[in-house]
Amino acid sequence: MGIRFILMVNKQGQTRLAQYYEYLTIEERRALEGEIVRKCLARNEQQCSFVEHRNYKIVYRRYASLFFLVGVDNDENELAILEFIHLLVETMDRHFGNVCELDIMFHLEKAHFMLEEMVMNGSIVETSKSNILTPIQLMDKTS
Amino acid sequence: MGSQGGFGQSKEFLDLIKSIGETRSKAEEDRIVLHEIETLKRRISEPDIPKRKMKEYIIRLVYVEMLGHDASFGYIHAVKMTHDDNLLLKRTGYLAVTLFLNEDHDLIILIVNTIQKDLKSDNYLVVCAALNAVCKLINEETIPAVLPQVVELLDHTKEAVRKKAIMALHRFYQKSPSSVSHLLSNFRKRLRDNDPGVMGATLCPLFDLITIDVNSYKDLVISFVSILKQVAERRLPKSYDYHQIPAPFIQIRLLKILGLLGIGDKQASGSMYTVIGDIIKKCDSSSNIGNAVLYESICCVSSIYPNPKLLEAAADLISRFLKSDSHNLKYMGIDALGQLIKISPEIAEKHQLAVIDCLEDPDDTLKRKTFELLYKMTMSSNVEVIVDRMIDYMISINDNHYKTYIASRCVELAEQFAPSNHWFIQTMNKVFEHAGDLVNVKVAHNLMRLIAEGFGEDAAAADSLLRSSAVESYLSIIGEPKLPSVFLQVICWVLGEYGTADGNYSASYITGKLCDVAEAYSNDETVKAYAVTALTKIYAFEITAGRKVDMLSECQSLVEELSASHSTDLQQRAYELLALTRLDVHAIESIMPPDASCEDIEIDKNLSFLNSYVQQSLENGAQPYIPENELAGTWNINNLRSQDQHEFSQHGLRFEAYELPKPPVQPTVSPPSLSSSTELVPVPEPSYLRESHQVSSATSVSDAGSSELKLRLDGVQRKWGKLKYSSPSSSTSSSTSQKPVIGVTQADVSSSVNSKPRDTYDSRKSHVDPEKQKLAASLFGGSSKTEKRPSSSHKTAKASGNAVDGSQEPKTAVVSNEVHVNKTYHEPPPDLLDLGEQTFSSSTSLDPFKQLEGLLDPSQVTSTRNHSVAAATKAPDIMAIYAETTSSAQTSSDGYSIPSSGDDMNLIFGFSNATTNISHGETTTVTPLSQSIKGPNLKDALQKDSMVRQMGVTPSTQNPNLFKDLLG
Repeated sequence: MGIRFILMVNKQGQTRLAQYYEYLTIEERRALEGEIVRKCLARNEQQCSFVEHRNYKIVYRRYASLFFLVGVDNDENELAILEFIHLLVETMDRHFGNVCELDIMFHLEKAHFMLEEMVMNGSIVETSKSNILTPIQLMDKTS
Repeated sequence: MGSQGGFGQSKEFLDLIKSIGETRSKAEEDRIVLHEIETLKRRISEPDIPKRKMKEYIIRLVYVEMLGHDASFGYIHAVKMTHDDNLLLKRTGYLAVTLFLNEDHDLIILIVNTIQKDLKSDNYLVVCAALNAVCKLINEETIPAVLPQVVELLDHTKEAVRKKAIMALHRFYQKSPSSVSHLLSNFRKRLRDNDPGVMGATLCPLFDLITIDVNSYKDLVISFVSILKQVAERRLPKSYDYHQIPAPFIQIRLLKILGLLGIGDKQASGSMYTVIGDIIKKCDSSSNIGNAVLYESICCVSSIYPNPKLLEAAADLISRFLKSDSHNLKYMGIDALGQLIKISPEIAEKHQLAVIDCLEDPDDTLKRKTFELLYKMTMSSNVEVIVDRMIDYMISINDNHYKTYIASRCVELAEQFAPSNHWFIQTMNKVFEHAGDLVNVKVAHNLMRLIAEGFGEDAAAADSLLRSSAVESYLSIIGEPKLPSVFLQVICWVLGEYGTADGNYSASYITGKLCDVAEAYSNDETVKAYAVTALTKIYAFEITAGRKVDMLSECQSLVEELSASHSTDLQQRAYELLALTRLDVHAIESIMPPDASCEDIEIDKNLSFLNSYVQQSLENGAQPYIPENELAGTWNINNLRSQDQHEFSQHGLRFEAYELPKPPVQPTVSPPSLSSSTELVPVPEPSYLRESHQVSSATSVSDAGSSELKLRLDGVQRKWGKLKYSSPSSSTSSSTSQKPVIGVTQADVSSSVNSKPRDTYDSRKSHVDPEKQKLAASLFGGSSKTEKRPSSSHKTAKASGNAVDGSQEPKTAVVSNEVHVNKTYHEPPPDLLDLGEQTFSSSTSLDPFKQLEGLLDPSQVTSTRNHSVAAATKAPDIMAIYAETTSSAQTSSDGYSIPSSGDDMNLIFGFSNATTNISHGETTTVTPLSQSIKGPNLKDALQKDSMVRQMGVTPSTQNPNLFKDLLG
């Protein structure tokens, strides 16, 4: 399965994007997000970008005030996931131009579309930025 | 791009986003969302909502759910939106539906039809949107509805469609392997797809398939190797490059697959050596992604059939990781070390100090990873140090999930490697005391069994010493408040059984303590039951020993209270205690012989002692007893005769439906569970059971009952330990041989931990403190002393060639008196960039892979040499097509550059700086700040700001972070 969920949460613990690759109820999600953000906020820059939480391993990376958190299985390559996060941010940056938290908020569906191109069934399937963005640009043109 | 086109959203939507963005507390956010729910409920069901408006409502619903509230009232509108003809609306509808619904939701049935229609669409983007939904929404029952279409799409002209169709098939395989079992060849076929994206995606299902069944995919080894080679040689389009590494995510997946295929397969592994070696040589170790690929190579090398050259290269990589300043790399290093020591255990020793640094690091993640490593390398020589460390850590944390985990690890290691019984008991005490409610009950029974059985054989003196020390340790612990129930049960049992055995403690002292326990834990019936039975035993032993029994008043009141208890079990125990104290010495001696918990109970299954009684009854005209099986036989005959099964079945059903009772279990056969080392047969309460058998001997003990009792415990002792430690002769020899190491460390570690505060740790850069050396020696020292000298001299020679850095010298000076430590610190300084070349040039002057080829047998050499030929035949056009696309992609991607595509590390630190700036800025001026941070592309940023302001959203003091570039 690999990736179990991808979250974007800001410093105040407010969720900006959530995509789960296994079903959790709203209550479970809410609890999970709260616990994870608290754990990650308590850590400093020198510490690992990886945290164990229940049966997940969380790989997280902070950009400005926004945390990108990816929950993975135990046998994932954590460094690769860390770079996957960066690839996601670079891709969004390419699309939005100097992407900021507000871009994601205003274009939540676009951010999701990008994720849909990059990750399916919890596996990374596409890492070429042009392949990820082409369908989204085409869609922008036609509509 | 998106922002230039304008947000295109209504004022209402912008206001909502703005207010959500500016909230500073969860409560405030909840208020906004609840208000939004009310608005949406009202508005969304109005008639004739324009489609654009509806899309916005749907997105607002997504927000509602994302922020933790129920939006189910609007699900149906999202479902409706999937029917729309407009692509953007359709895809938004699908997105919302996949976010809202799980695959078993009732509304899915309304979407399957739409999906079927969309899969046939001429517009490939519509097909892609539908395939995305297929991956999220189709469950086992609905697979057949879309499967034929998905299979058809595997040959679609658009690569994006083929890719998603493959993933849909992957999803079906995950959901129900049997539904696609006839289609698995499609995955092999798509591996040779002309498009690298499709090929890369196909690796995901293939990885799953190979995990389950390696042997069916051995023929693909050559293909995987040739693909990996082409990827590493940059034959994929440039757009797959990430930070100058060619398609790293595909490389990583291929390495994972090769790691699986090469397990224990010399031939398959042989064909991988060259390409893995090339990757390790070429990969840039200055970037995170480069290290991610290198880490995966190490994993692959340690999983496939070992190759000395590659193992050496992997070991070098690990030492680079461990010496890095980055915690992430250290973490990966520790993990990789855990993989590699499975093949070459001696390499752990080289990194002992680095490992100890990680163990003592305040970072929990790193610490836990290191415990994981230590767990893997635990031996009898270092078990004490490792388990002590684990317990200390276990005590310090609050996380119950991990506490349970590490407690069970401690128990496991202690059972497996305990050097002495005394240590085992002490360790168990600690585990119970601090994590008692989290450990398995079996562990408690194990401990009781150990104390009861002791060393077995002919070590009666040692046994009684063990018991005395157990009793003593329990008496000192028993007063502590809030002990876990399981632990108290053990304590009560041991005190009852052995409390007065050595004569150090009087019966009144022990019984007093037991009464205290029963009183302090009056809510816990199990503990009270254990306590009362322990009291019974102590009084019985006293009477047997001919001493006069004065029951303490508190004990009397306890028994009185319990004999009126709601629990019948407690009542019975209390009455038994009372009855027992009134019996004479001889009766008691046969009911409760002292120290007999391990004795077998002889069970007379024929109940021969009743013969005379039966005889007498028969003579008096009683009906003779018909055994059950004979009785069943007669019923059956009756049954045949009567021909009226219905009427009869009411009575006879039982005998017909069930088989005849099985022949009784032989009591001499030791049950299977006794021989396994982890499974524990619950130790029944021997005295209690024995009593019930003998006192009320008229009740027949069934066969099942007797086999459950299983008090024949001979031949099962020392379950928890290795044989050599349990037999007295070898245990003494091994302990003496290790005494120099273990003894010294134990004393020093404990004393210096107390005396030396944290500052020694902080100043460790300048010198290695002796405490750590000791720890290192005790962790890594015990195993391979003989191997050390030659290897250390070798290392020294190597290090001198590398010109030891000046800052390293103090370390060497301090350390040089210690043989084990010596070695590690002659290694080159932790410079990631330089080290790569150094190690390779210094280790061998020859090309390692030339040598490697020499090691292979001739047939394999030819196969490796002919890689390209094989690849050309197996996957004919992959290279050519990749080359074509490369050139085209190059031109298209030329104009693109990321504002800060430079060093990753800088990025992270840059962000942290930026954030601190912001937090200062919040109090003073904010609007100019939000512009000044915009970084390289100021024009874009200004445009965006003015756009946002036009829309009525201004950066306010509330949350300036909203406007900050993520890629500063």
